[in-house]
Amino acid sequence: MGKRKVVPFGPQHPVLPEPIHLDLVMEDEKILEAVPNIGFVHRGLEGLIEKKDFNELIYIAERTCGICSYQHGMGYTETLEQIMGVEIPDRAKFLRSTWSELGRLHSHLLWLGLLADGFGFESLFYECWRIREKILDLHELTVGARLIFSVNKVGGVLRDITPEMQKTILETLDVVEEEVKNIQKTFLYDYSVQSRLKGIGVLSLQQVHDLGCAGPFARASGLNLDMRKLGYDAYPYIDFEPIISTDGDCFARCDVRTREIFQSIDIIRQIFAKMPEGDIAVPVKGMPNGEATVRIEQPRGEAVYYVKGNGKKLLDRMRIRTPTFANLPGLLETMKGADLSDVPLLILSIDPCISCTER
Amino acid sequence: MAEVIHPEDELRVIDWNLLLETAMEMKNAGLRLSQACVSYVAGKYELVYSFVNDETYKLTNVKVIMETTDWIPSICAFYPYALFYENEMKELYGVDVRMMEGTDLNNKLYRIRETTPLLPKEKK
Repeated sequence: MGKRKVVPFGPQHPVLPEPIHLDLVMEDEKILEAVPNIGFVHRGLEGLIEKKDFNELIYIAERTCGICSYQHGMGYTETLEQIMGVEIPDRAKFLRSTWSELGRLHSHLLWLGLLADGFGFESLFYECWRIREKILDLHELTVGARLIFSVNKVGGVLRDITPEMQKTILETLDVVEEEVKNIQKTFLYDYSVQSRLKGIGVLSLQQVHDLGCAGPFARASGLNLDMRKLGYDAYPYIDFEPIISTDGDCFARCDVRTREIFQSIDIIRQIFAKMPEGDIAVPVKGMPNGEATVRIEQPRGEAVYYVKGNGKKLLDRMRIRTPTFANLPGLLETMKGADLSDVPLLILSIDPCISCTER
Repeated sequence: MAEVIHPEDELRVIDWNLLLETAMEMKNAGLRLSQACVSYVAGKYELVYSFVNDETYKLTNVKVIMETTDWIPSICAFYPYALFYENEMKELYGVDVRMMEGTDLNNKLYRIRETTPLLPKEKK
């Protein structure tokens, strides 16, 4: 038995875009246990129900995260709509799904870049983020902002995507698709990348289920779970199946996310082919009175929104359970028996969003 | 068209002393704990535990309404990862969660100077 020691990791570390601290209990180079410390930037957003009315909270919800900002605003808005019994127009549903999938594209490209950076492939990192800029340009084209959209409202959406915009989006996605095919070759077939990702941080299907994991992290271990199958927004009209892998290692997580990029492009094409004409919002009166729980599929996995209203402007509760919160136990499990040098990749493989977690 | 799953969500309101029994029932049924949270409504705590069947996507919300002076048992024996939710309830709202041997982070899940920051000021 080697000598045991505790190695602190984070909260400031070159591979961590956001603060998380782990006490790694080591025996030689192997990790026996990882003890997490989060909470460096807790913002108390859920406490703002005391000061902001239920409409203003849409913009607060969007600020839960800088990456899946749109989906947070949408998930919260749809929870209010469920409480208030509001049925939004079909076109608004298709628009919401379009922005959701664009958000997934830019989030996955961002993550691929960070992963490449994590295993020291700087040019691949730059390439991923260069492609991602094109998706951010599409955000700007459709809503006038690159990350925080502020386009949801109770009853629908505030902006439309015109046929001209749709044409530009489809042309851009054609280019993006070809460019992602190129980087996919490197991520999946390059020997040096494989040697850093294959067999690292393996979780079985049973483990991800027992640990309550979500999203691509869980699907990479074979869990066939995608909240889009619940059929919210335009997804009932779209032909798609959850993308899964069975290897359960870092490579499988990378494989699932790269394939989800192509899936999102395909979904956007289907949306534009089937998008109905009509209004983008309906007028809504009254205040939310009651409670509802809504689940949506964010880029990082299942996000849960619980809202409780009391018939007044100020809510009793707005609760956001983010995917990273669900994936933390899985992350800690991947650490057991891992080498110290693999810790950055293991953390990155859950696509952590600590600002989401510390909403 | 994709196959769409439309499960009917379920809400169960239980007494606090049935929480462990219900959590065991959910665990035995193979359900995943999707989230747990607490609200402070009309001078009482409302705890909501959301369990999900990953095959049917059906969500079951188990609600416990309790006085702020009452306590609840930890469900970590059945759902070890509930520790994050339970520590959050304890830290942000001051819920008295007991039987947390080995899972109690002693109000250090979040590094917040203020105690029970989400509890209304008049209740503190």
